[in-house]
Amino acid sequence: MTSLIAYWQRLSGHRRFAWITAGFIILLGLVLTYRRFFIGLGDVTNLTDEFPWGFWIAFDVVGGVALAAGGFTLCFLVYIFGYHRYHSIVRPTVLTAFLGYILVAVGLLYDLGKYYNIWHPIVMWNPHSVMFEVAWCVILYLTVLFLEFLPVVLEKFNLIAPLRFMQKLTIPIVLMGVILSTLHQSSLGSVFLIVPNKLHPLWYTPILPLLFFLSAVMVGPAIVILESSLSARLFHRGLETPILADLARFLQVALLVYVAVKIQDLFVRGVVGELFTGEYEAYHFMGEMLCLFFAFVILAFRKLRTNQRWLFTAATLVGLGVVYNRMNVAWIGMLRGTGASYYPAWTELATSAFLITVGMVAFYFIAKFFPIFPELEEEHSHA
Amino acid sequence: MDGPASILLDFTLCIGCGACEDACQEEHNLPADPPEDRLDYRNYTVVLKKDDQYYRKMCMHCEEPTCASVCPVAALIKTEEGPVIYHPDKCIGCRYCMMACPFGIPAYEWHKPIPVIRKCIMCNERVSAGKQTACAWVCPVGACRFGPREKMLAIAKRRIAQFPDRYVDYIYGEKEVGGTSVLMLSGTPFEDLGFRMDLGEQALPELTWTVMSKIPNIVITGGILLGGISWIIQRRMDIEKENLSALDEHIKNQEKGGDA
Repeated sequence: MTSLIAYWQRLSGHRRFAWITAGFIILLGLVLTYRRFFIGLGDVTNLTDEFPWGFWIAFDVVGGVALAAGGFTLCFLVYIFGYHRYHSIVRPTVLTAFLGYILVAVGLLYDLGKYYNIWHPIVMWNPHSVMFEVAWCVILYLTVLFLEFLPVVLEKFNLIAPLRFMQKLTIPIVLMGVILSTLHQSSLGSVFLIVPNKLHPLWYTPILPLLFFLSAVMVGPAIVILESSLSARLFHRGLETPILADLARFLQVALLVYVAVKIQDLFVRGVVGELFTGEYEAYHFMGEMLCLFFAFVILAFRKLRTNQRWLFTAATLVGLGVVYNRMNVAWIGMLRGTGASYYPAWTELATSAFLITVGMVAFYFIAKFFPIFPELEEEHSHA
Repeated sequence: MDGPASILLDFTLCIGCGACEDACQEEHNLPADPPEDRLDYRNYTVVLKKDDQYYRKMCMHCEEPTCASVCPVAALIKTEEGPVIYHPDKCIGCRYCMMACPFGIPAYEWHKPIPVIRKCIMCNERVSAGKQTACAWVCPVGACRFGPREKMLAIAKRRIAQFPDRYVDYIYGEKEVGGTSVLMLSGTPFEDLGFRMDLGEQALPELTWTVMSKIPNIVITGGILLGGISWIIQRRMDIEKENLSALDEHIKNQEKGGDA
């Protein structure tokens, strides 16, 4: 206890403020958790029979999975394509993806009416259901992420023999991870193929699964850049700016491919006119595209791309653009077709903030006590 | 019965007595005071009125039900007799059925800690026992008839042909999303009663099955492709390393030779 007080007194004002905010959000979240599980979904959400999926599905699950895409894109580049110069950022990225997926799974528990039946898809099959595929992908990919993260734990506790064994399995595990991620990212797009009469034509397209996959590939490097920049500040460590600027080139190519396919799709389906109707859907569509446009402009200039702040801004814009897209598909684009007037209750927003805060605190402690960042690792062994 | 069961609702005959609603509440042990203007967790069917026309809302019991196709645990299934039924014990509460239903029928118990889906199950137990649904059995004017789909469709067509002034020339449910087991006749255009006319004739489950059926291929081809790429790249890097170290060796040997 005294050491805790001493630790507190050593903290800067910023960090004290951050911890107090986090503590407040977590306390509030615990109260909301009680209300959700002991009173019901109706007590904390604005969901109705007309609009049964709200902010938790749109943001926590559909958005959350997209933001956990850093893991599979980076592992693909490093282990399958042999870009070993990115090796130093693999561990924090895998940790982010692992925590991200755990949060998605927990978010799902909050949203499922009979959450204790979450294991049912393992034994009760319906291969026609996209949700069945989603459930299997979450279960299997969580296992893969656990295996990808396991070496860190083994290393921490000096378990050499199992560590060597796990290292031999690296490639097959990464292969499985990449395939499962491909399936899972695209399947979240397939989920909305079943609502052709409810989802607005700007977003409803037979290639929704392809668009979800391509945007996940695009947002992957952006998340790696964001996560590296943030943890550099948090742990006072040097930033791998050359590596990140290099990664930004991948981001730029992936961004071009995604935007090209998305715009071409509008023309092929003949719905370009929907952009100029002056309705709110048109503005939200342009909103998600503008985020990507500004990111593209920043990334196009070498001077900006190699500048830490501008690169961070571009990556943020890409992340925002993808989350905006997921919200549009799962929420904004569904309003007119269902005739509902849903907007999230503050309790829904606060519960999502609670889950994210818990995830960030978990990342902080794991990164502090486990060998995640190579140079922090050295500090550990010198001490 | 010859072929799967179906219900024919003739709105022009309905007198709005509400006997079907009462029979339904009683048959399924639903509360006696359900909402009168909409469906929710307290009722499986509701009789409404628009201008001078009574009409009814209930589960359409699709031939190829979207709700059953999207349910990850097969808690909703279409029986051979025709009803689309629900197993609350299997349900995980994802509400994909509610999201996907083109008619917006399944309702949820939002106020309960452990909620279940509520919707008409076409009196599955009565139908399996060879009886009519409660609503059809109780209807005093024949506005709700129960029988094989072929027969109900024939009756509907005959009525429209015989009384073209009485009916709009449309059987709602004949072709909607691949056809439904509930068929409707009306004197007022269906869109005026709030029924969607834009659903199309394609069964919605086909939309996802075209994607889902490709998954095994993606896994196998993708696995081989990625594994191959990784092996080739790794192999080339190893060879490059060997060449470099061989070169190093060669240079060292030459230097030694020069010294001697």
